[in-house]
Amino acid sequence: MPAALETSDLSKRYGSVQALKDVDLSVDEGELVGLLGPNGAGKSTLVKIAVGLVRPTRGTATVGGAAAGSRAARASLGYLAELFRFPGWYTADEVLELHQRLAGSNGGAAERARLLELVALDDARDRRVDGMSKGMQQRLGIAQALVGEPRILLLDEPTSALDPVGRRTVRLLLEELRSRGVSVLLNSHLLSEIELVCDRVAILLGGELVAAGSPAELSRPRGVELDTDDGVRLIEGATREDAPRLVAEAVAAGRRVYGVRVLASTLEDVYLEAVGGETD
Amino acid sequence: MSSVGVIVQYALREALRRKVFAVVLLLTVVFLGLFWLATHFVHGELDTITPPSDVLVDSRTFAGAFLLGLAMFATLFLGVVLAVFLTLGVVSGDAERGLLQPLVVRPIGRSTLLLSRFLAAAGVCAAYVLAVYFAALVIVGLTLHWWPPGVVGPGAELALGVLIVIALSLLGSVGLSATANGIAVFMLFGAGLVAGLLGTIGHALNSQQIRHASTIASWALPFEGLYQDGLRLISRDATGTTSFLLQLGPFGGGYVHGWTIRAWAVAYLVLVGVAALAAFARRNL
Repeated sequence: MPAALETSDLSKRYGSVQALKDVDLSVDEGELVGLLGPNGAGKSTLVKIAVGLVRPTRGTATVGGAAAGSRAARASLGYLAELFRFPGWYTADEVLELHQRLAGSNGGAAERARLLELVALDDARDRRVDGMSKGMQQRLGIAQALVGEPRILLLDEPTSALDPVGRRTVRLLLEELRSRGVSVLLNSHLLSEIELVCDRVAILLGGELVAAGSPAELSRPRGVELDTDDGVRLIEGATREDAPRLVAEAVAAGRRVYGVRVLASTLEDVYLEAVGGETD
Repeated sequence: MSSVGVIVQYALREALRRKVFAVVLLLTVVFLGLFWLATHFVHGELDTITPPSDVLVDSRTFAGAFLLGLAMFATLFLGVVLAVFLTLGVVSGDAERGLLQPLVVRPIGRSTLLLSRFLAAAGVCAAYVLAVYFAALVIVGLTLHWWPPGVVGPGAELALGVLIVIALSLLGSVGLSATANGIAVFMLFGAGLVAGLLGTIGHALNSQQIRHASTIASWALPFEGLYQDGLRLISRDATGTTSFLLQLGPFGGGYVHGWTIRAWAVAYLVLVGVAALAAFARRNL
């Protein structure tokens, strides 16, 4: 079965700016991949190429085996743009109905009600978009992306306008989608969010893929911390496997051991290391 | 409902919400009211017009054709206003506001989306232009008791002219911001208007070069050529001094006319449409 999303040697140049350079990335069926990187790293460009909004300068991108931008590719994806707007005079229900018609979904009113409930907008069904808060519009955007039961969801900063409750709603939603076998490419600045839900993480810097793997694969052991009556001591370079031996040695040395902690770098450490502390 | 129908409905609803129709309807009512008033006064003065005894002028035909020519120009102008405001921001404008991207990534595709927007604007503008043209025709006919020899043709040509403006506006919207596109299309319309006036001046001065320049401009902007052809159609029965006076214009001078300009206008519309589709297909959003 082809990957839900696959890019090969994907490059994009805007004039003198190299937005993407030889990016190889894949999102498998039912996989949730987080895309990280500072502003201008090429994250949105990659997503836009995948959904057919931008043409690559070189390389290929496929969605479910179909060329990105083709009708077959567009029919199998759901997309939430970083900057999007729905007509202010449409109600939430009408927005979803419009996208049902364009996506060829036969879900009808039942699908719309289910999607609005999924993003906690079930009581705003008849509210017009221009009467909604930014967070509500963003949740409506996520519901819109889910119209027609797409095989892959491409979300560009889906939680940037959400409060903590809204973020939690989206996180639970992403976990549910994964359990249903929907693939997700999640472009976000929120490292904690990515770390919590993503199976794999890809980090872009200056248009190049500088790191990729599961959060566990990307993290490095930072040693073992022993809390004894002699104080807290960090044994650098030690791993989880060394912990029993280190405890036994401390006890043999007459120390009282109150706690032992295996330390590993967080996604934030990995990210900062990968981008060299580069910010906006 | 097909995807085309969905986008046509979307476009019409957008225009309705932005009060485009309300503004144009108000302007139209004001125009038709003033036009009726002007025609009424001309009718009152018609019997008192006494040209020199050695000059034979059919004052009714002259006044009717001249006033209807004026109404045709106003109709074209109002139709262009409507066309521009319905289409000036279809691509770049909507993309800048983030309205376009959620639609374009759907299976409908870019060409169908642009074609649907064209059909929505074309349907509204053509119906509008024909309605205003026939209203003006009826005002002239009932008030002055003069009817042009060609009734349907000039109206159809005005409608086709506005369709060309819609296509130009859609093409412009691919590369230009909404404001820049609106300015560009109105300047093109103004250039066409100047081309027509230039022809009138060239005719009055008997200058071959000025007439030639006017003809080239009218072919380059065929909505002007169609307008001139329409003027010819409403005054083709005029003869002698009446015809000469009408040709002096500004609302009777038609120097580009015939089937060639009509065929070229259709070809031009297709070419601009194809260019718009090709440009939109390559546009990064």
